[in-house]
Amino acid sequence: MLYATPFLAVALTAAAGTIVFGLMGYDGPRAVRDIFVAPLAHPDRWPELLVKAGPLALIATGLSVGFRANVWNIGAEGQYIAGAIAGTGVALATWGLSGAWILPAMCLAGMLGGMAWAAVPAFLRTRFGVSEILTSLMLTYVAVQLLFLLVRGPWKDPEGFNFPQTRMFTPDQTLPAISEGSLIHLGIPIALLVACIAWLLLARTVAGYEVKVVGLAPAAARHGGFSERRTIWLTLLGAGGLAGLAGIFEAAGPFGQLTPQFPGGYGYTAIIVAFLGRLHPVGIILAALVLAVTHVGGELAQTGVGLPQAATGMFQAMLLFFLLATDVLIRFRPVLARPARARAAA
Amino acid sequence: MSTALLVSFAMTVAMASTPILLASLGELVAEKAGVLNLGVEGMMLIGAVTGFAAAALTGSAYLGLLAAMLGGLLTSLIFAALTLGLSANQVATGLALTIFGVGASALIGAPFVGRTIERLGPLLPQALAGHPVLRVLFGYDLLVYLALGLTAVVAWWLRYTRPGLVLRAVGESDTSAHAIGYPVLAVRTGAVAFGGVLAGLAGAYFSLELTPMWADRLTAGRGWIALALVVFASWRPARLLAGAYLFGAVMTFELHAKAAGFALLPPEILAMLPYLATILVLTLISVRPGRVSTAAPACLGKAFSPA
Amino acid sequence: MTPSAPPRLELSGIAKAFPGVVANDNVSLTVAPGEIHALLGENGAGKSTLVKILYGVQAADEGEIRIDGRPVVIASPKAARALGIGMVFQHFSLFDALTVIENIALGLDEAVDRAELARRVDAILRAYSLPLDLDRAVHTLSVGERQRIEIVRCLLVKPRLLIMDEPTSVLTPQEAERLFAMLRQLAQEGCSILYISHKLAEIKALCSRATILRAGRVVATCDPRAESTRRMAELMIGTELREVARGGRAAPSGPVRLQVRRLSLPRGGPFSVPLREVSFEVRAGEVFGIAGVAGNGQSELLLALSGERLAPEAAMIRLDGRPVGRERAGMRRRAGLCAVPEERNGHAAVPDLSLSDNAILTARHRVPLTANGFLRFGASRSFARKVIERFGVKAVGPAAAARSLSGGNLQKYVVGREILQLPEVLVVSQPTWGVDAGAGAAIHRAILDLAESGSAIVVISQDLDELLALSDRLAVLNEGQLSRPIATADARADEIGLLMGGVHGEHARARGASRA
Repeated sequence: MLYATPFLAVALTAAAGTIVFGLMGYDGPRAVRDIFVAPLAHPDRWPELLVKAGPLALIATGLSVGFRANVWNIGAEGQYIAGAIAGTGVALATWGLSGAWILPAMCLAGMLGGMAWAAVPAFLRTRFGVSEILTSLMLTYVAVQLLFLLVRGPWKDPEGFNFPQTRMFTPDQTLPAISEGSLIHLGIPIALLVACIAWLLLARTVAGYEVKVVGLAPAAARHGGFSERRTIWLTLLGAGGLAGLAGIFEAAGPFGQLTPQFPGGYGYTAIIVAFLGRLHPVGIILAALVLAVTHVGGELAQTGVGLPQAATGMFQAMLLFFLLATDVLIRFRPVLARPARARAAA
Repeated sequence: MSTALLVSFAMTVAMASTPILLASLGELVAEKAGVLNLGVEGMMLIGAVTGFAAAALTGSAYLGLLAAMLGGLLTSLIFAALTLGLSANQVATGLALTIFGVGASALIGAPFVGRTIERLGPLLPQALAGHPVLRVLFGYDLLVYLALGLTAVVAWWLRYTRPGLVLRAVGESDTSAHAIGYPVLAVRTGAVAFGGVLAGLAGAYFSLELTPMWADRLTAGRGWIALALVVFASWRPARLLAGAYLFGAVMTFELHAKAAGFALLPPEILAMLPYLATILVLTLISVRPGRVSTAAPACLGKAFSPA
Repeated sequence: MTPSAPPRLELSGIAKAFPGVVANDNVSLTVAPGEIHALLGENGAGKSTLVKILYGVQAADEGEIRIDGRPVVIASPKAARALGIGMVFQHFSLFDALTVIENIALGLDEAVDRAELARRVDAILRAYSLPLDLDRAVHTLSVGERQRIEIVRCLLVKPRLLIMDEPTSVLTPQEAERLFAMLRQLAQEGCSILYISHKLAEIKALCSRATILRAGRVVATCDPRAESTRRMAELMIGTELREVARGGRAAPSGPVRLQVRRLSLPRGGPFSVPLREVSFEVRAGEVFGIAGVAGNGQSELLLALSGERLAPEAAMIRLDGRPVGRERAGMRRRAGLCAVPEERNGHAAVPDLSLSDNAILTARHRVPLTANGFLRFGASRSFARKVIERFGVKAVGPAAAARSLSGGNLQKYVVGREILQLPEVLVVSQPTWGVDAGAGAAIHRAILDLAESGSAIVVISQDLDELLALSDRLAVLNEGQLSRPIATADARADEIGLLMGGVHGEHARARGASRA
């Protein structure tokens, strides 16, 4: 049941989407087909799916660990931008230099940037008890403005005809494709690898156990000698680092520079991915693919049936609604199966 | 500073504060009943777009307000159905509601981009509303007064009426309230619905008065600030009023500074200010240990299913 | 009971079954007007189910309820109140952040003007000499004061039948005396009282008739004033009483294993009690009891000893001479100090995890269940299986979720999990809370065996009988302060009673005799 509900949610979303888009005067069945099926039917769009799924999986993997521990970092978008900014900072500082060390340095800076952005809510939560929900989100708005400030100001490309964007990265600063001419860059296999490592850590190590227990029963976690404070720091820094890495991958991959259009909402969509993937790394990879399909499909539906691009976001949110709704099936199953002796003895 | 400038500044503050006050007042009631609805931003956006669409189609901003209330209400009922009906996680559902609101509002609003409407405009006759000085008191639209009046009513209702007492009780201990025989989920649904109606109005204030037009993400994160404000106010309506006007002042300062071409700080830094101020204020309010934790309704955010 | 007046309450043939369990089976009883009637039984005997049916919380499968001779259907607590039935639950339905008067108002079925309500409440408080400040927030009140709120809620509707569910389990002896006086006064005024308890002494002191339940059935009805305590206890438990587990041990003279010196802790939250200069030491082989009424710092002391809250100074807690006051729970456990908190679900165990995963929670260091940061699932399973077998935990196996176990079985599991780690020092709170008599004896045996093997043991319990049976010495925790310890062997029960704040000697002795 635990792993069946996401599929049920997808089916329900398709059904509801057909009705809703139909009611709004669009060709409902065609729209849903465009969003859910068409991208899969065109093998030439598959690399694009992977390119979209990569950052989603990377960010969602980080978020899912925190969500397990009841650490509600909803500012991954900000950490993603901060990572891109920090990595780009290294790229601009090494402009004109060459060497194989530059790209790893950018990636490291990206992770650190994302971690720094996540460290603020971690500090405020552990030191003063400020809810990380609000602070992490507020910092997203700050990150967006910081990005605008940089690309319009000090980082503006001197040869860019005054467009608000940075220089294009040099080949040494760009993520290589996995094969010549492919859209798929090195970030995609790394995202896959990270998910596998996360799965290993969560399922097999004391740290993974700790995260789980802190989320399920904080008092029991303290009793077991686990520190909630440490868990908050670990999960926020981990999520921030992965979001930052996704950010610099995106900047040094598909974008090749920073522009005001850089924030694309991956950080928000990744929240849906994390839940749809049942906070499980393997599930997250599948969920990231599903969301990538809807993303690419949304573009197809735009040209196909004239559905505005925003419809994709609504569609994705509906997916999460239905998932949360069908979760009730998981919760009520153990209740039905549980003998009532506990109640009788009360 | 001239009187005219002062009047204009004060009026901008009142108008910038109104949507935050409305949205946070609705959220305060929901949270007092024990429900944490993070979907305020989404409900505001739905309210903004339905209000604008209705106003554009009927030509009446007041019908727009009605539509916005309905839009906010329906959106909040999605939240209620999931979290109260199906005991879904409130944080996740609230986030989904905001993502949904962003997408759905853009979808509904797409045909209305670029259209203009008659804004709400001052409530009172021109003699008062147009007076160069007195307009600082009488020159506002309906919602400014409504927000202030509702704040007083909600404060009184929570403190002195029996239904208000029951609502607070439900937020303090759902199990006790249930044991005594109060309909916990019904009370919470009502509180969430009230929050939805007010968030709808708050959103409509953007599209029907502040910037009478439709653009994607029109509310620009104000719903999140409204959420923060409830914490800042320690769940007390009077402090909510003070906090909303304080934020209104910060944002007006940003606006005026931008308009005056305030050279010292780039506009991006000014645009960060409300969010940085929110973080700062949330921190300051939490510095005294135990302060927030004792003021918060004890059951805030916890699912309850009567067994 | 006069033959002319019909009984205030008459239950006949009440039956209620839950899937897998018969909670009530053909239960019949009558309560006369003005009678204080005891409903007596062990945990799980079906008392609570019966009164929940009576108060409209649950519906009976079969049977009839008559009030004043009239058959009635009680569909809800509201309907019960309309019939003049009031109930004070063991778990209060109160709102901590609200004031007393607001709490009372919430307990009424219709709105009453605040001033009018205050006047009526005041009249009741005066009539029964119950002191209570109406404008204070509930979280600042003692448990006894909180119970008064519940009682006032009932009295406001002028009940003809008042149900009291284990009312003294949370009270100090003085508070209990005051409650009894009030109940007697109420009964004299004609209100019938159905008094649920498993404490025989207070039933003898208060009640004129008793109905004894065992496994959901009525096993006897008697006059508790005439019946011997021992006989009632045997009826209740269903077997011959075993003698007290302890006795004839030489006073331990081993080295001091646990030393607590002037341990003070500020209150941890708005609803907690500060500890004030608590000092005691426990030797190898010794069982040290900490008595007292709940809410006097017991949970805080357990958290301070287990390491879940750190002491201000390391030297305040010494384990085998080594200061550990600043070490966290995991470190202390590794050093040999294990603890069992009283709350099983969510504190001692994670309800959603399996028993074998719950073994990892506290036993991972000492067994060990981890290696190089990785979990050893096989070792966890076999350790969990060992606990299940040794302590007779009724569970399908190590894979069973903790939440699927009954309270008593989970208690056996969490106590067993610590004991099987053979800690140098074991701190255990309410070790037999909610556990049936047989399993309780097994837990006591295991604790004593551990002590005999040279461990030092601290037992925190509200049950004085349990402490008298187990401990070599005991002290009383009252408002965060620990009394001077006394040796159990030559302690007179009334002496302990005095330490607790004035227990009547006879009560304490009677209670001592009543339970194994």
